[in-house]
Amino acid sequence: MSDLNAFRAEVREWMAGHLNGKFAELKYRGGSGEGDALPDLRKEWEQELARGRWTCPGWPAEHGGRGLSVAEQVVFQEEYSRAGGPGRMGHIGEGLMGPTLIAFGTEEQKKRFLPGILNGTEFWAQGYSEPSAGSDFGNIKTRARQDAETGDWLVSGQKVWTSLAHLSDWIFVVARCEEGSVGRNGLIFLLMPLDQPGVDIHPIKQIGGGSEFNSVFFDNARAKAEHVVGQPGDGWKIAMALLGFERGISTLGQQMGFQQELDLIVDIAKENGADRSPAVRHRLARAWVGLRAMRYLAMRVLSDEPAADTRREGLAYKFHWSNWHRDLGRLAMDVLGMDGNVISDDPRRERLQQMFLFARADTIYGGTNEIQLNIIAEQGLGMPREPRGKS
Amino acid sequence: MFNDKAVAIRASWTFMILEFTPDQQMIREEAERFLREKSSSEAIRRVVDARATHDAELWNSISRELGWCAMAVPEEFGGLGLGATEVAILMELAGARLACAPFWSTVCLAAPLIEAAGSDDAKTTYLGGIAAGEMAVTVAYADLSAADPAATVAVQATSTTDGYRLSGSVDQVIDLAVADIVIVPAKLDDGAVALFALPRNAGQKITPLNVMDATRPIASLELAKVEVSAACRIDQGGVTEGQFAEALRHANLGLAAEQIGAAQGAFGLTLDYISERVQFGRSIASFQAIKHRCAKLVVDIAEARSLVFGAAASMDQAEATASALEIAGARVLASDLQFLAAEEAIQLHGGVGFTWEYDPHLYFKRAQASAALLGSREAQMDNIAAALFSDGGRP
Repeated sequence: MSDLNAFRAEVREWMAGHLNGKFAELKYRGGSGEGDALPDLRKEWEQELARGRWTCPGWPAEHGGRGLSVAEQVVFQEEYSRAGGPGRMGHIGEGLMGPTLIAFGTEEQKKRFLPGILNGTEFWAQGYSEPSAGSDFGNIKTRARQDAETGDWLVSGQKVWTSLAHLSDWIFVVARCEEGSVGRNGLIFLLMPLDQPGVDIHPIKQIGGGSEFNSVFFDNARAKAEHVVGQPGDGWKIAMALLGFERGISTLGQQMGFQQELDLIVDIAKENGADRSPAVRHRLARAWVGLRAMRYLAMRVLSDEPAADTRREGLAYKFHWSNWHRDLGRLAMDVLGMDGNVISDDPRRERLQQMFLFARADTIYGGTNEIQLNIIAEQGLGMPREPRGKS
Repeated sequence: MFNDKAVAIRASWTFMILEFTPDQQMIREEAERFLREKSSSEAIRRVVDARATHDAELWNSISRELGWCAMAVPEEFGGLGLGATEVAILMELAGARLACAPFWSTVCLAAPLIEAAGSDDAKTTYLGGIAAGEMAVTVAYADLSAADPAATVAVQATSTTDGYRLSGSVDQVIDLAVADIVIVPAKLDDGAVALFALPRNAGQKITPLNVMDATRPIASLELAKVEVSAACRIDQGGVTEGQFAEALRHANLGLAAEQIGAAQGAFGLTLDYISERVQFGRSIASFQAIKHRCAKLVVDIAEARSLVFGAAASMDQAEATASALEIAGARVLASDLQFLAAEEAIQLHGGVGFTWEYDPHLYFKRAQASAALLGSREAQMDNIAAALFSDGGRP
């Protein structure tokens, strides 16, 4: 524990020493709902992190990481958030693409792509969802056809809700490579540059006015033959493994952000007198209680060998935090009262207003509430599976 | 009692992996197996139908053979010296089976009070007796429904030549009719609060009450000028607020653990029933409306269990300030969860859910009775809010 405290102090000191000067402007920016804020400076910040060897600290040392333990990674995330570290432009490369390549990539793929992620010079987007493949992810329609001459793959179709595609360099795409295949079969996992003919990116304006999501259209866009991860047909397996790498470590950092939001609401309630209402006080107390429970649930989920009850209850984690956060958004606005309706550049109010709006997405992306409840019931409680229609 | 905790509330942010040790896992598995067999529905119903004070055979096994009462007693007094986590594990399982035994009163209500405020002699006698499984002990707090039940004292202790004369009455004392010893907080002539340990035949009047939740018996206590020897006084020079608070943290945590256990017991009944019940040609467990209600219960169970065992771990690491508030929060979650699980059990059992024959009503009555102990959810929320706003409770 004392080593952990020393590590905590090291991170805190580094953040204090580097998140200043031109980077001071980035504090608390670029979080969920405004992932497209200050992109150029945030990319520079990624390179600043890289110079301090704070990108990819959980990767094994042989691949350029620090090989940090789970506890150390959590501490890093917490202190990063506590210091107001901006939303990470490199998150998808560091948390999803890199670990997937380390596990399934060829030596050439690792050599080509890991350095750009580590150095904060190449940014990744995730090409999973499609207009008709949201909750029903197996219903992917984007096609990949192999060019007989070069062995390259030609991709056509549409991806949607693609975070930061307009600010990224590469995208990983799950596409259907076997004509007539359905569901989990016949999929391929491809790595594609975004800057090429046949890729068309359209930002989607969100509920809060920002645009961190995009529609990405592919029209015979090219993925090189050597940029298939795994074998053609392995797409589902790779895609699911990628989602498993996250493990929820970064959510501990997210909880630090939640605590800041809660503190902010408490401060504002004290200032504007909303704290005179016992009902408001109880709602804030309930939010605090929920956050403490959320934190302990995450600490359980991160166990290396979770017991059966922990595995079952771990399935509830996403539902719990997303609904908690969504409710906090409404509570924040209730505390602000009529002020909440007025757009201002008061950074505290702006943060809570954005949170109020964007938290509506929390219970939708990454598996909707309804899908989460199905997963808990079916995988956690062994209840009968939902019947499937004919596709 | 929660003022000046706002700093702790905001800054308490250490990290640990939260999991049971192999020893804790073993305690859990063995206790689960034992209770499934010994605290069956039939066993509970024997106690309830007879309006008995407890299941004597069960209590004998728990206290004398399995050593559950010794778990958290310090080794120097004959205990195993284990922590809040082990007690919470056992309380959760006891709650799941509605074990009819004076376990919570002895281990969570009385033992921590003796440990916090008792003299060395008292600890040797009573903690030793509890650890050995030789005595059931309860505490006659004046108002067990208050968040701070020690705030009022109902019994007056007047000095006599060789002891004290106790006068007063307490409306509701849990497990009083089965307890070998009742600890009575009483106000001395100088205003200090002392603790008196009374054996059953000390001259007090015990009147069992006809309670709705017959799995946890309650009796009233009347002390009409009861003369006791000086040796019956077990505190050392008066009990402080801090000592009561320390003892009550354990009582609350144990109760919260028992409540989340009872919630899971009720939920287990529900899952068993809906998996067998067929309507419209299919198991009703296959209806999404029912699946989602069950899944939401898992979410609430995950939340409450995490806070209960997280607070227990904090307590075992002596993070006292944060854990007091976390325990208050755990009580809120546990009370809400226990009631929800019980009402869902009735609803999802359909018609048989409100019969005497099926078990949901036992859990439903326990849920309401437990929620009323040691502070309503509103009182707990008031305390948490007072700390959150560091204003001592502004409205």
